[in-house]
Amino acid sequence: MIQPTAKGKRIKFMMTCLCDAFYADVAQASYEVLEHLGCEIEVPAGQTCCGQPALNSGEWESARKVVRHTVKTFGGEEPVVIPSGSCAAMTRHGAILGFESEPDLDEVEGLARRSWELCEYIVQGLGIDSWPGRFDGKVALHRSCHTRGTKVYESAVTLLSSIEGLELVEVGELEQCCGFGGTFSVSFPYVSKKMGQLKVEHLTEKRPNYVASLDMACMLHFGGMMDRQGVKTPRLHVSQILKKALENR
Amino acid sequence: MAKLEQAIDNHAANLDEETREAVRLASKAKTEKRVNALWTDFDDPNALRKLASQVRQHALDNLPDYLEQAEAAFQKNGVQVHWAEDGDQANAIVLDIMRRRGASKVVKSKSMVSEETELVPFLEKHGMEAVETDLGEYVVQIDGDHPSHIVTPIIHKNRRQVGRSFEREGLGEYTEDPLELTRMARRHLRQKYLDADVGMTGANFVVAESGRIVLVTNEGNARFSMAATKTHIAMVGIEKIIPREQDVPLFLSLLGRSATGQPLTVYTQFIGGPKSASQEEGPEEMHLIFLDNGRSDILASNCKEILRCIRCGACMNVCPVYRQTSGHAYRSVYPGPVGAVLSPLLNKAGFPDLADLPKASSLCGACQEVCPVDIPIPDLLLRLRNKGKQEHAPKTSINTPGLSFWALAATQPAAWKTGLKLGHAMNVVPHALLDVNPSAKSWRSTRELPPFRGGDFRSWLKAHEKKGGAS
Ligand code: SF4
Repeated sequence: MIQPTAKGKRIKFMMTCLCDAFYADVAQASYEVLEHLGCEIEVPAGQTCCGQPALNSGEWESARKVVRHTVKTFGGEEPVVIPSGSCAAMTRHGAILGFESEPDLDEVEGLARRSWELCEYIVQGLGIDSWPGRFDGKVALHRSCHTRGTKVYESAVTLLSSIEGLELVEVGELEQCCGFGGTFSVSFPYVSKKMGQLKVEHLTEKRPNYVASLDMACMLHFGGMMDRQGVKTPRLHVSQILKKALENR
Repeated sequence: MAKLEQAIDNHAANLDEETREAVRLASKAKTEKRVNALWTDFDDPNALRKLASQVRQHALDNLPDYLEQAEAAFQKNGVQVHWAEDGDQANAIVLDIMRRRGASKVVKSKSMVSEETELVPFLEKHGMEAVETDLGEYVVQIDGDHPSHIVTPIIHKNRRQVGRSFEREGLGEYTEDPLELTRMARRHLRQKYLDADVGMTGANFVVAESGRIVLVTNEGNARFSMAATKTHIAMVGIEKIIPREQDVPLFLSLLGRSATGQPLTVYTQFIGGPKSASQEEGPEEMHLIFLDNGRSDILASNCKEILRCIRCGACMNVCPVYRQTSGHAYRSVYPGPVGAVLSPLLNKAGFPDLADLPKASSLCGACQEVCPVDIPIPDLLLRLRNKGKQEHAPKTSINTPGLSFWALAATQPAAWKTGLKLGHAMNVVPHALLDVNPSAKSWRSTRELPPFRGGDFRSWLKAHEKKGGAS
């Protein structure tokens, strides 16, 4: 996985297609968090999706088209900040896999070196290791799988655990996947369901006041499961916790 | 429940809960032991994994040279070296050696390669008696079953089932006491060793420099089968090469800890040829069969990294899919993440037949994280999915929504935004999408979908910017 090196507060914001379609509030919270940090934010209007669904389905021809579009839309030198570990992993690793023997691999790698997940950008990119304000409650943080091999999860832990009033609770079998996996959950609904049930058990085991995620994709899945099972624990994206803390300064 | 169309998903749905829980809990325990063993004994196990991966990759990148070196070294040690292109050839070589030696009985220790070539049924068909001496493999043999894990072959069975099998085979009265069951097997197998003519093993590592094979077991059965017989035949995949003797400790350090959380397995043997003149007992002849069986093709493919595998089983132990399905779901000798890559590529009946295996993964990457030789399994799964699409293997696309329309929209911002607005207006698009086929319906049967809010952030942003940004 390529580690990002682009620095600075002039940034481009990738809202992600899931936030574009379902989770406007998460994109908004992320945007406001970045604004609070003094970032000069551009949100390219032509952005669509990172291309991961096609890559994961083996449709690499289609994936390459979408990646090329994304590379073009996010052209420039600025850091690209993404409120999703999974989409960041796509631009930093998956996309490159699909371009190994393509002439424009360089450009794809260029975007990879500029792509940051939100918390990682704040902690590793801007060097901030504590977060102001207050957020009361016990939080169970899901470690989304696509943050493996990066500092995303530890960055989120750094920020969250510095917030006054917030207590991170232990989550069992942290390395286990929630069972989403994009089209995997449609192709293998039974196995996916079983994995999701275990994840919900582990996330709620210590009776947290909130369940938090770095990825709305995972939460779309295990959250949908919690709703169906009547598990009422509220769910928040990490950016929403950061924003709420800011409101309680 | 709605009809499931993926064979592996179907298999999981039909697995009885007792077996599933047994497999899951055993896998979980092994995963935890692995972590403890590695992080207690080493400051940075990940550095070791990277190093081991480089050594293995180096060996593979120079495989022809190392195989030549190995052949010469083994021959110097008095070992007869054979080359087999496929399983049939390898089996024929074994049969030929047995006939020449006037042998009719073989005791076998555990070897995945011989599962690949289906050696035991082959020998039985030709009138030979072949007995598996690894306890788990022995149970598999008498039950006419297949191993469901590469290290713990009967992870899918409980002791009551084993007790009934032993009773049926006349090993003794029914018991479910593990200690007593082990004693019964031991009594029974001991006689088999004494009667046998040939001892068959695999090898965990083949050292090119010295012409020695390294074998690890916990039961000592490989050792016994060599001590009691006059002929030792070892069958190994050509990829098992380790360049130097001094590389061996690195791999032994990782293998036991990754497989079972043991710092070292109970028995570790270094075999460098038949017995010497000064030794009283041991095989008079030692044969080493190098088996290709598709490995050269894999080496030339974009999945060559899978050949670094040292068969520790850690990837299946940690795999959330394996934990739900157990090993038989993979319909092949190698289950779990490693199998999802290796099996379709080795498959006799061709890749398309097992093209669904690389799909059976959420691409969570837990396998790569635990792999002692850092195989990028998720990347290889993706390459195989792409291969399946390119070769139009139908099993690559079962139950998978086609994405070409989506890709078209995702490259045209205007179309994309229209889609978002339309979807917003109807709030039905994702629901409609998920209602089209039976298994997507089953997705909806256990999960709620959030309301569709296409384009809301874009509208907010417009208003926000008009206001002049942060207040
Ligand atoms: S792929 Fe890696 S983890 Fe899996 S069995 Fe092989 S060596 Fe072990």
